[in-house]
Amino acid sequence: MAEKQSLILTLIDKYQSALLDDWLACMARNSPSGGTLRRDGETPEHAKRFLEQLRRSARNQQLDDINAPDWAPMRDLLEEVSRARVTQGFTPSETATFVFSLKEPLFQLLRREIASPGTLADEIWIASRLLDSLGLYTIECHARTREELIGRQQQELLELSTPVVELWDGILALPLIGTLDSARTQIVMESLLERIVDSGAEIAIIDITGVPTVDTLVAQHLIKTISAARLMGADCILSGIRPQIAQTIVHLGLELNVVSKATMADALGLALRRSGRVIVDRAAPKPRQGD
Amino acid sequence: MAEIPILKIGDCLLVSIQVDMHDRLAMALQDDLTQRIVKDRARGVMIDISALEIVDSFIGRMLNNIAAMSRVLDAVTVVVGMRPAVAITLVELGLTLSGVRTALNVDKGLAMIRGIIDRGEQEDDRRGG
Amino acid sequence: MIVEADETMPVRSSDDVVRARQAVRAKAIAAGFSLVDQTKIITAASEIARNTVDYGGGGTMCIQVLRSGQHRGVRLTFRDQGPGISDISLAMQDGYTTGQGLGLGLSGAKRLVNEFSITSTPGQGTEVILARWK
Repeated sequence: MAEKQSLILTLIDKYQSALLDDWLACMARNSPSGGTLRRDGETPEHAKRFLEQLRRSARNQQLDDINAPDWAPMRDLLEEVSRARVTQGFTPSETATFVFSLKEPLFQLLRREIASPGTLADEIWIASRLLDSLGLYTIECHARTREELIGRQQQELLELSTPVVELWDGILALPLIGTLDSARTQIVMESLLERIVDSGAEIAIIDITGVPTVDTLVAQHLIKTISAARLMGADCILSGIRPQIAQTIVHLGLELNVVSKATMADALGLALRRSGRVIVDRAAPKPRQGD
Repeated sequence: MAEIPILKIGDCLLVSIQVDMHDRLAMALQDDLTQRIVKDRARGVMIDISALEIVDSFIGRMLNNIAAMSRVLDAVTVVVGMRPAVAITLVELGLTLSGVRTALNVDKGLAMIRGIIDRGEQEDDRRGG
Repeated sequence: MIVEADETMPVRSSDDVVRARQAVRAKAIAAGFSLVDQTKIITAASEIARNTVDYGGGGTMCIQVLRSGQHRGVRLTFRDQGPGISDISLAMQDGYTTGQGLGLGLSGAKRLVNEFSITSTPGQGTEVILARWK
């Protein structure tokens, strides 16, 4: 196929605007949402750019492999189109319809302009294969974009649900609640270290009263975070270790090189003492005159 | 070749590493510091690495060397401003900064140096030195 | 798996090590790495690049940005034609060094990445491949 020049490029060059109109009409007909794709302001613009990019990418007659460098701008365009569709709530099929609905008008064009049946069959095959790859790529982008969106939302939820609290000047507390998984623990620990830098707090209390179990991975993250905090010039106190967790730690043979206190209150007391503070009860009221 | 400036704050020397260091610069810094500690009779050396996005074993070795050398010259070394991403990476890398004290920032670093020097002098006084 | 970017550069001097770090940073950012992931791959690159200069007599580094499904990664291939390493498992031990180093270059770099491979023939050279995925 490489030696024979495909006629597709020539025909698209010649009939671009008619093809564009037919394509948009076809999209409107095929769209399950009854013409939403047509009414959507971006579609005509995207379609126009698609045809222009198709001409550019196909200029070297390499129509087999859309992963090649020639097709990079087209891939970028399809990614942009998918992204727009995802945020508008379109399904993957609806998004791919953008590309697949070009087949009908394009095949009609080929049938009109190509006389020889043999050549026609070849060209339809090339066009079909090309549009299939591009359509499938659009579906992949759609899936990827949706995953990224979900990932971002999860991240935001995570950051909202694990606040680092400043208990006192120079003393931070990180109360962890619920089951920790490796990913969440990492994010939480990184934000603790950032807060240490931002606030200049030299002591961070990590409280795990609300954590039912700890596995090796999570324990290792905890240990690494404590080491990192020390390297930076701060120190950590662990509090609220449940009996089961204490057993797990010993079983796993983990070295918890950190001071641990039974409760956050104890940890706070220690932190205050370490930072040179003393808590005094206010003097009892003076006896009244005449008593 | 650019030099890294060394500032004097009281009886402390402050070095702020701003650039991506290559070997010659690191060697030059160690030499300059040694000379300045003696010349200025410095009791403390503070190395500010808050601008460093990467600390690899080469820089780690340099910091350890500076600490060892200043200890011999009766000065305390404190490294300040380590970024969280750097700290996390160093822990993973397995690099320990032995003999290097760390503090969160320059202020705390100076306070730490002050504290150590004062305690040291108290110890000397106690021993009748 | 798609290779989205591919760049080779010389690693022959300590200035090259600095340039190598900057190049790896640019690719890691392009691959969408978090700050911590960036720091890890750049630090690993710095370790191996130094080894290439100090022990391998200088060589090259090839940086590639990869895409596999939803995941993107950065792969670094270091090659030199130096004396090679006769005992790789010894070289991979923490603290082992034939020079002035801390002995953490190979073992440390391995801990910072997801994929690590090293092949070496004494008298012919060494190749180290590192990859970190997002």
